[in-house]
Amino acid sequence: MLANPIQETRAEQLGSQLRCLVCQNESIEDSNADLAKDLRAIVRQRIQAGDTDNQIMAWMVARYGNFVRLRPPLTAATFLLWFTPALALLAGAGAAFLGRRRPVALVPPLTPAEQARLTELSRTA
Amino acid sequence: MDAIARRRLLLLAPLGVVAAGGAAFWAMLDRMQSGRFDPHDIGNPMLGKPMPSFNLPAVAPSQGFSSQDVRAAAARKPVLLNFFASWCVPCAAEAESLAALAGQGVQLWGIAYKDKPEKTRAFLDQYGNPYARIAADSTGSTFIDFGLYGVPENFIIDATGHIAWHLAGPVSEPMIPKIVSLQS
Repeated sequence: MLANPIQETRAEQLGSQLRCLVCQNESIEDSNADLAKDLRAIVRQRIQAGDTDNQIMAWMVARYGNFVRLRPPLTAATFLLWFTPALALLAGAGAAFLGRRRPVALVPPLTPAEQARLTELSRTA
Repeated sequence: MDAIARRRLLLLAPLGVVAAGGAAFWAMLDRMQSGRFDPHDIGNPMLGKPMPSFNLPAVAPSQGFSSQDVRAAAARKPVLLNFFASWCVPCAAEAESLAALAGQGVQLWGIAYKDKPEKTRAFLDQYGNPYARIAADSTGSTFIDFGLYGVPENFIIDATGHIAWHLAGPVSEPMIPKIVSLQS
């Protein structure tokens, strides 16, 4: 814990974006693992040393790769992760367009022969 | 194609999706079993980069060492750097393979992670000491600089001081020939 509440809030925000490498689905702020404890201390040390958030993130990524970031950056490998919702929406719109109800073709007007037959039938009735 | 045939085909579509998912799952399990895929392996971004610098004290009676020492030794022959701890079960499991590697002339140096020296010595008394030199990383800072998240992990440092090979886990017997081949 840092004495300065602004710095402590920054540390907690950064820590909640960093994955605990031991438990893998928890952030280092939430995890009780020994390594998470050490990484929390490093985040605070570096904040006190005057590092920016980006510098601290880069320090972590240099050691643990993008895996350490709970919010993965957009790269060729994570393209689908980020754009699947948009692609699914497009695919849905395409399917809806192709499957739309087409207007029923207009019935062609009766030919003169049909018209004559109709008149005849109406008369007999 | 008439409308009824098309509808029948559409009924089969969900089945096709399930079959594709099943095939993918089977392929994944098969790779996990044969060791070609490890879901826990996060990949170490340090691979191919210069080893981080450090200077660690000794676990008596061995000598401690720094990254400079490793580099100097690796200039003659690659160094297998093994992080271990006395409290770590897989470290005990790899002891035999490490001893075999040392027996085949591999330069094996150990770093004891967050361990009390007397505990490290007791561990080495029990399982044997394959290390040429042992240093103590009592704070765990070198561990983090190497991008470790557990023990044991193994690194090979090449003649230029770069990390040439990495294994996040214990050395097992089938890996010995590969590791020895990386020495030349």
